[in-house]
Amino acid sequence: MAVKTEPVTINLGPQHPSTHGVFRLRVKFDGEVVLDVEPVFGYLHRGTEKLAESRTYVQIVTLTDRLDYTASMSNNLSYVLAVEKLAGIEAPERAQYIRVICAELARISSHLMATGFLLNDLGAFATPLMYCFRERERILDLFEMLCGARITVSYMRPGGVLQDPPDDFWPALTRINDDLPQYFDELESLITGNEIVLARTRDVGTISAEHAINASISGPILRATGVQWDVRRADPYEIYDRLDFDIPIGAVGDTFDRYLVRIQEMRESVKIIRQCIEQTPDGPYRADAPWFIRAPEGDAYAAVEGPKGELGFYMVSDGDISPYRCKIRAPSFINLTALTDMLVGWKMGDLITIFGSLDVVLGEVDR
Amino acid sequence: MTRALSGEDVARRINEAHPDTAIHNNDTDVWIRPAAILEVSEFLNSDPDLNFSFLNAVTAVDYVEYFELVYHLVSMQNNTSVVIKSKVFGREELSAPSVISVWQGADLQEREIWDLMGIHFEGHPNMKRVLLWEGFPGHPLRKDFLE
Repeated sequence: MAVKTEPVTINLGPQHPSTHGVFRLRVKFDGEVVLDVEPVFGYLHRGTEKLAESRTYVQIVTLTDRLDYTASMSNNLSYVLAVEKLAGIEAPERAQYIRVICAELARISSHLMATGFLLNDLGAFATPLMYCFRERERILDLFEMLCGARITVSYMRPGGVLQDPPDDFWPALTRINDDLPQYFDELESLITGNEIVLARTRDVGTISAEHAINASISGPILRATGVQWDVRRADPYEIYDRLDFDIPIGAVGDTFDRYLVRIQEMRESVKIIRQCIEQTPDGPYRADAPWFIRAPEGDAYAAVEGPKGELGFYMVSDGDISPYRCKIRAPSFINLTALTDMLVGWKMGDLITIFGSLDVVLGEVDR
Repeated sequence: MTRALSGEDVARRINEAHPDTAIHNNDTDVWIRPAAILEVSEFLNSDPDLNFSFLNAVTAVDYVEYFELVYHLVSMQNNTSVVIKSKVFGREELSAPSVISVWQGADLQEREIWDLMGIHFEGHPNMKRVLLWEGFPGHPLRKDFLE
């Protein structure tokens, strides 16, 4: 006999361990089934785009660290590429290699967090997360060697990087890079074939390729649906056209595919870093760009494949020392577009895992 | 390499399909009339040659005399891109047609533009503020916004 129930609206968050920050979901439940979802956010809004209009081009680098704080190197890279395009600066080859290494390390660190927290959301509390944090810690140690900071790195500059890596950076990088594949094997042996993980993630929160494209979704979520679209391949920036790497894709676009695409992407990042270590030439690490950059009037858009998706900056200059407008195409923000469609019809426990598999960082959503 | 289509070529195609909607162009960008945003979007999305199925980003820039809406479009099949712009004149009660019926991806970004720039999108089913709270005075990304 079916039990008659009345719909109930529940506020999930803003302070909730599974929302990965301050994020609120107003969810209408019928029993345990989700009827409707309204995401509410903006709790972390700091007005980054407005602040950028009153800072010099170099100062804004520090603001970009605070967008997606799990992968600040990627934000740095996207921003400096946009400024270089706008002002016509070209970074020396050595700087481009160093920046690619940093961006790929940031991708691994971000994907590790995504995987760890996904397992956390599945109920495997803290243990898998600590496995992920163990290796992430070593990557943050590398960032510390480069610039003294671990999270808010501000390492890149329009025209290059802050300083040349210290001599002991390269052996440390090689050591970590050689260790990572075995570590991924260990992580996968714990997760990928796990019966509970498979039962909870397979065919859960599926999104079709057409829907994902129409909703402007990018990054691992789009690739999990089977679309082989990666800015590094489609529109190569820096020296990505010289590197040999694959673009992993999923089959059906469910939570499990999103997890698997991230694991495979980390393996590809290791390949990219290994090639970069071999190819990095000697030479200057920074172009001779002025401290107060005055970009000519006009606009420019540059994007990188960040860990969460296409991360782009649209900059408008009026010839002054600060940009006239600095728009951030934040992948986490735009990936939330189809959230309601993905959650409706699932149960409360699945809601937590589907949201966790989107790998949203609120610093970037709210900006 | 994503190829940026020539603005002249795209403007010609738009005008062939919808006469007198593309008013100006340069090498990479096309300016269209704000009233025609929706029909031009439908054309760019559905035209089999252009095939702009991915709306990369929507934003607005306040140039004081006018606001400029900027649409970055990408065709994943052809690996091409184009920038569509539209000038909206005035300061008070601005509005433009919403493209959410063509690309769902415009949803949150159009709400963000309304929130921070104050351009209302007609036809958007949920035109509410997204980052700031309802009742916030003014639109902070405007150049004349003072606390």
